[in-house]
Amino acid sequence: MKVTFPLMGTIELLITDLCRRLDVEAVPPPPISTKTVRLGVQYGPEFACLPLKITIGNFIEAMENGADTLIMAGGTGPCRFGYYAEVQKKILKDLGHKFEMIIVEPPLSSIRDFVGQFKFMAPHKSTWELWEIIRACYYKGKTLDEVQKKVLEVRAYEKNIGETSKAYKKCQRLFENAFTSSQIDSAKKDSFTLLDQVAKDETRSPLKVGIVGEFYVVLEPFINFDIEEFLGTRGIYVHRSVYLTDWIGPSGENPVLGLSDKEVAKAAQPYLSHFVGGEGQATVGHIVKFVEEGFDGVIHLFPFTCMPETIAKSIFPKITKDLGIPILSLVIDEQTGKAGVVTRLEAFIDLLYSKRKQKMNSRVMSHSS
Amino acid sequence: MRIGIPRALLYYKYFPLWSTFLTELGQDVVLSDVTNRDTIKCGVEQADNDVCVPVKVFYGHVLEFKNKVDAILIPRVVSTEEKTYTCPKFMGLPDMIEALEQDMPPVISPSFNLRLGFREYYGAFRELSRKFSDSSFKFLKAYSRAHQALNKHHHQLLKGFVSYEQVSSGSQAQKFEASDYKIGVLGHPYNIYDPFISMNLIERLKRKGIKVVTNEMVSPKVVRREEASLPKTLFWSYEKEIIGTAFNWLRTRKVDGIIYVLSFACGPDSLIQVLIEQEGKMNEDIPIMSLVIDEHSAETGLVTRLEAFIDMLTRRKKASLN
Repeated sequence: MKVTFPLMGTIELLITDLCRRLDVEAVPPPPISTKTVRLGVQYGPEFACLPLKITIGNFIEAMENGADTLIMAGGTGPCRFGYYAEVQKKILKDLGHKFEMIIVEPPLSSIRDFVGQFKFMAPHKSTWELWEIIRACYYKGKTLDEVQKKVLEVRAYEKNIGETSKAYKKCQRLFENAFTSSQIDSAKKDSFTLLDQVAKDETRSPLKVGIVGEFYVVLEPFINFDIEEFLGTRGIYVHRSVYLTDWIGPSGENPVLGLSDKEVAKAAQPYLSHFVGGEGQATVGHIVKFVEEGFDGVIHLFPFTCMPETIAKSIFPKITKDLGIPILSLVIDEQTGKAGVVTRLEAFIDLLYSKRKQKMNSRVMSHSS
Repeated sequence: MRIGIPRALLYYKYFPLWSTFLTELGQDVVLSDVTNRDTIKCGVEQADNDVCVPVKVFYGHVLEFKNKVDAILIPRVVSTEEKTYTCPKFMGLPDMIEALEQDMPPVISPSFNLRLGFREYYGAFRELSRKFSDSSFKFLKAYSRAHQALNKHHHQLLKGFVSYEQVSSGSQAQKFEASDYKIGVLGHPYNIYDPFISMNLIERLKRKGIKVVTNEMVSPKVVRREEASLPKTLFWSYEKEIIGTAFNWLRTRKVDGIIYVLSFACGPDSLIQVLIEQEGKMNEDIPIMSLVIDEHSAETGLVTRLEAFIDMLTRRKKASLN
């Protein structure tokens, strides 16, 4: 059995970790490239959202490398994501690939059922043993997310461009052989020390920009043109609204992010009072929260034709009018070019700076008068 | 009170229900005009660029009510049965309209969510009726009359009427004979019945003497049975109807060909299109034409494709008779 899965941010570290613990061979897809996109666009449905196409590309490339068992997440709607797996299965079978697809549905009824879905990887393990392993894996993922969060904080102050990213690579390596919770904790400690050693310019007062939107585009740097690094290396503090383990975790408590789903939905109430699937309501809620915390602007990322995010976007004019926060919506599909995104981001940053200057000037004016 | 109901989206599914309910409670129901060039122009200007064409049309209909009515009814239809949802856009519609930067009449948006059970659904109607009258008697009467009207409407569709408008305009139901040449028009009612979005597709077919069947003429029981063959049940109720119908037509060969109308950027349709076309591959004697439409679709393009499709069907039919 050679297990593969779609790529999304740091998910590769999590699943390869699980496979190593269970002694199963993992064949991760090659990093997303233009070839992946081309394959996805060729075989994926025309106006399906981009993540579906990319993940189809991932699977095809992984099967070319010998993978025969595909792991994919399920869901209960109304976002299209919940039906991805079924459609992918049909398309790949139609192309003549031979494989087994394991669809992991979210834990609806009981933990036993949820864990049972991983039994195929370790038939000899008891449910309890498997649960312990999954928990340990999850803990590692959560810790990695915490490191990532720290990276975003540090990068905005770095003196030498690129130093934080280098340190982050070292951090990831520290985690490679950390399996028990004490090993993971010490890897975390070492990582934080590494990041603290990055030379910082503490006198800076960076622009604060929040990133909201559809989780796949937010989490996958290839698809979002590594927007976090782009902004971070320009001395902008980036705050992300979703972390991988928060998204996987069923509790809705979002320990890494520090804001529960409930709080976010409550913040969205005046503008979008009902759940609309995916992160639609969360996008609106996070923007309101960012305003409360004094952020300078928000960047909204989502794949073209994404239903929940399109609804959120329809409501932005009202939010901007009421709360005065600039929002840049970046719709991403297979045609999106880096140069276009960079131009828009640069213009947006300029706007945020001039807005800040204006605010300062008006403050000085009111003091002097 | 004059209450406006936009002639778009779920109007095509629930108008008899909503209008009877409001009328019974003594309100004046005002319908917007049939979709026309101005509707779409207004809608495209005001709606977000990325929404699908029926939602843009909906915006156009809503804007028509500016300064004309006392309130607009835009129910939030979250779910129509257990374990399913409608499209996310129906769940966010009232909020999207309220975010319009226009001085619009207030929006009345009861939430209909059958996922939470019948009690919740009933309660939503009760709450809606309280806006107009406190009498439980009036409410009960309105509630039952409204549902009677909806049932009657469904009944008539099954009998061969195409759309609510046809029923109300007093035209005759289609009578089907075994030898008839039939085309199944598949798609969301708000696309296939809207004369502007569908570019009069159904009328065009009828003018050529072709009998038209739509997904609303297939009984829910059949839909449920056919849809059960999917490995994972769909969680969108309206798409269940479409896919169940498609499977039924393909498997029982009830129609000579299928025209599948879908709007560009439609989320659910983008996925079920794959499932329908794959089922189509297994039943190659029923041709399927997928017609993707948006606000830029041109009539000539449609006419050409339609003629080619019909020519092909005619040739096939002749060949099979020989």
